[in-house]
Amino acid sequence: MRKLILGLALGAMAATGAAAQEPIKIGELNSYKNFPAFLEPYKKGWQLAVEEANAAGGVLGRKLEVISRDDNGTPGDAVRVAEELLTRENVSLLMGTFASHIGLAVSNLAAQRKVLFVAAEPLTDKIVWDNGNKYTFRLRPSTYMQTAMLVPEAAKSGKKKWAIVYPNYEYGQSATAAFKKLLAEKLPGVEFVVEQAPPLGKIEAGAVVDAIAQAKPDAIFSSLFGPDLAKFVREGNTRGLFKDKVVLNLLAGEPEYLDPLKDETPPGWIVTGYPWEQIATPEHKAFVAAYQKKWSDYPRLGSVVGYATVQSVVAALKKAGAVDTEKMVAAMKGLQLGTPIGQITYRALDHQSTMGAYVGKLALKDGKGVMVDWKFADGKDYLPPDAEVKKLRPAE
Amino acid sequence: MTLATFVIQLLNGLAGASSLFLVAAGLSLIFGVTRIVNFAHGSFFMVGIYIAYTLTESFGRGSALGFWASVLAAAVAVGALGFVVEILLLRRIYKAPELFQLLATFGLVLVIKDATLAIWGPEDLLGPRAPGLRGAVSILGRPFPEYDLVLIAIGPLVLGLLWLVLNRTRFGVLVRAATQDRDMVAALGVNQAWLFTGVFALGAALAGLGGALQVPREPAQLFLDITVISDAFVVVVVGGLGSIPGAFLAALLIGEIKALCIGLGDVSFGGFEISFSKLTLVVEFIVMAIVLVVRPWGLLGRPGGEPRHAAATEPPLRPLHGYLKLAAAGLGAALLVLPVATDGYVLVLLIDIFVFALFAVSLHFLMGPGGMVSFGHAAYFGLGAYGAALLVLRAGLPMETTIVLGPLVALAGGLLFGWFVVRLSGVYLAMLTLAFAQIVWSVAFQWDSFTGGSNGLIGLWPPAWLASKSAFYHVTLILCVVAIVALRHLVFAPFGAVLRAGRDSPLRADAIGIDVRRHQWFAFALIGGFAGLAGVLHAFSKGSISPETLAIARSVDGLVMVLLGGVQTLTGPVVGAAVLTWLQDEIARRVEFWRAILGGVIILLVIAFPQGIVGFIRGRFMREVT
Repeated sequence: MRKLILGLALGAMAATGAAAQEPIKIGELNSYKNFPAFLEPYKKGWQLAVEEANAAGGVLGRKLEVISRDDNGTPGDAVRVAEELLTRENVSLLMGTFASHIGLAVSNLAAQRKVLFVAAEPLTDKIVWDNGNKYTFRLRPSTYMQTAMLVPEAAKSGKKKWAIVYPNYEYGQSATAAFKKLLAEKLPGVEFVVEQAPPLGKIEAGAVVDAIAQAKPDAIFSSLFGPDLAKFVREGNTRGLFKDKVVLNLLAGEPEYLDPLKDETPPGWIVTGYPWEQIATPEHKAFVAAYQKKWSDYPRLGSVVGYATVQSVVAALKKAGAVDTEKMVAAMKGLQLGTPIGQITYRALDHQSTMGAYVGKLALKDGKGVMVDWKFADGKDYLPPDAEVKKLRPAE
Repeated sequence: MTLATFVIQLLNGLAGASSLFLVAAGLSLIFGVTRIVNFAHGSFFMVGIYIAYTLTESFGRGSALGFWASVLAAAVAVGALGFVVEILLLRRIYKAPELFQLLATFGLVLVIKDATLAIWGPEDLLGPRAPGLRGAVSILGRPFPEYDLVLIAIGPLVLGLLWLVLNRTRFGVLVRAATQDRDMVAALGVNQAWLFTGVFALGAALAGLGGALQVPREPAQLFLDITVISDAFVVVVVGGLGSIPGAFLAALLIGEIKALCIGLGDVSFGGFEISFSKLTLVVEFIVMAIVLVVRPWGLLGRPGGEPRHAAATEPPLRPLHGYLKLAAAGLGAALLVLPVATDGYVLVLLIDIFVFALFAVSLHFLMGPGGMVSFGHAAYFGLGAYGAALLVLRAGLPMETTIVLGPLVALAGGLLFGWFVVRLSGVYLAMLTLAFAQIVWSVAFQWDSFTGGSNGLIGLWPPAWLASKSAFYHVTLILCVVAIVALRHLVFAPFGAVLRAGRDSPLRADAIGIDVRRHQWFAFALIGGFAGLAGVLHAFSKGSISPETLAIARSVDGLVMVLLGGVQTLTGPVVGAAVLTWLQDEIARRVEFWRAILGGVIILLVIAFPQGIVGFIRGRFMREVT
């Protein structure tokens, strides 16, 4: 009898507990249909992290629930979808976005609606600097940071005559501007002999390769990725452009962009990327094991980003101790956490995380591209001085 | 630029032109015979490269025979796909108003894209190099890929084959006859259905071949459909609709100009730096605008004869019947008090619907009463939005003022572009509007210091008194309703009557002393202003704008809304805007492959309502009233 009463009481407690313990709702939006190569792994990444967090008892005693939406790849739809998440689903914060202009539009909305937004993917420097705001924090290393990671390698090569090729939009333009500025500081007398800015996704690779060859540079800095990169590499290989030249390429070591190159992978290129099969830290091994167990697939960089985004949210909620925007924003400032690729801090100064990237050389192994001689570049070492950042960022 | 570089760049241009010519030739054939503006043509190209990728990976890595057989097999497979599409879908809707088939092919684009994603996965797929043609040969001391030389030869080869087919076979005679006069061909007892099927399949196969031949040059990926379709349209129109040699010439012209722009790179003229490499973003549209202004029927096109049934297709418009007016007023009143019941997402969605309804109604005014189909209506939407945004952010004007000034910016744009546009007609006119829209888009996209470049402009929130959702909802509702009602009135006013007269019979209108062209010009500009108002409201409802507000996709959305609702009705565009916006919102939230479902729904609607939704309702239930 006592057992029964106890059981009933426990049951009742559990029932009321469950009612009070509604899940913490996180709104997630991204251009899944527009950039599936990056974002399908990204989704698998955050799904894994949510599952792990909930298996560990959730956060603040509540489960996490991510409500995910496709933003159709346009800022207008992204803002509408974000509004839907906020008003109809009553989410407590927003996360996600891939393209820079969509990230900026959602960040702008977050400031207006006073809600926390953890920008996962967008690379634009502006989201934390020129257009930074109180409510927006960004995970991935920015265009500037990743460019800065390659500059020491460029300086080390000692090459003075550079060609530049970049996709003609903000990311490529910012990378180019940062590269020219930083390299000129490190290597006086450096000369940029040719610049090619093909439209994104529409490079006329043969013509671009010939135009670069004609300028006879000693080295090339490229920020191409995706189909543009594949076309450029194939034409360049066929036409012998890369022979005896130092080539630097942002992002080209990321599995999303490296794997499609297969036997066409140009050996010796210096790139930023993610050599997932070689990273032997315990936290990364655990991540890869869990990921492969759940998805029977290997992680891409997108997987890490998705995973670490949810990790950031979990850490912020724990630190804040409450699901309250102002407390979460305060918690995000200076928030420290461990991700599969190392410890990161969300800087209080500009809301940029110090997530790093791997810098190494491309090589061919069994008909596939891999990164060799790589090292981890910690994001915190590749940001401009605080005083400069302060000048860039509007006062709150 | 040395002579050697110049020659090599010319060869690069030739190689690039080859595939483009194949796609464009197919598009041109299909349009010539069936009058279908085939949006799915880029999708056929994309499917071609995917199938060829799969086949060459299996059979074409080692053997040249396997490679070329794979390429041809891919083309045949895409031809078969075109065959099926024509029989199952397009054959049902040839009787629908002109351009309606465009809607069906738009649905196809969405379905094919998601199907491709489901079958081949999200990653870019780079195929093997062509066996036996892996290397480069030296031309004037510079390496040039062997495969590109083959491509250069394939273009004229296919042109020759097509010429033989068109000029030396019975099928070809029929195709040419149908291109010139479909009705006569039918009257002479030719089985049109199979002729159309054959032409559509042949066109699709050419697109598939164009795609398959690209396997050694670029990866198969999911953006190819959109990338290719606009280029193909440009080539077809620059060359002259229905002219295969014209398409060849245009493909060469555009390929060469692009290659030379890249070859020139940055050039400074008297201290003024011009980046020709950046110009490649938009150069084909600049070429198209120039060609069309100078030669209104493209390079080798001929002025088309007046279509026989041009005047009779569209029944005269009737004002709304009394009780329908009451119903509309009732709906308006209900919308006005709606915020009492909810302040949630419904209002956000409705604001979008109002804005797009105004956008679609303004486009319909051009397409319907104005008789001018615009493929570039987003330009005026975007000019309004950017005009308002720049006035707020750069000149510090309050939002209230920009609601007036923003549309004026769009109107000015309409006045400028309209002057050129109204000199053309039909698809040429539509493509010139597209060219201007793309030029405006590229300016917004590239002028970082002023327009914010590709990132656009943010921080465009309405002032405090409009900050609440319901306040902004009310303002949007009232402005959109007033604008839509005003446009309706204009249709029945003398100005609208004159436009309709000019559309139905330019000769007779001219004979009674109407300056048709001037009226069209003013209509074009005025409509620009209305689209601009929609753009302004859009900008402030989102708090930011980016070049997407000016992009092709926005123009296409407008067309889809108008056609979905019914191009020959006045209420249609409103219904179309509401249905499309709502459908997309609902479906995208519920299913992963929402694009395919949306495309499927559009295709079903097309088959069920070949006059558009409102056209169907009217035809079915209200024959006497409206």
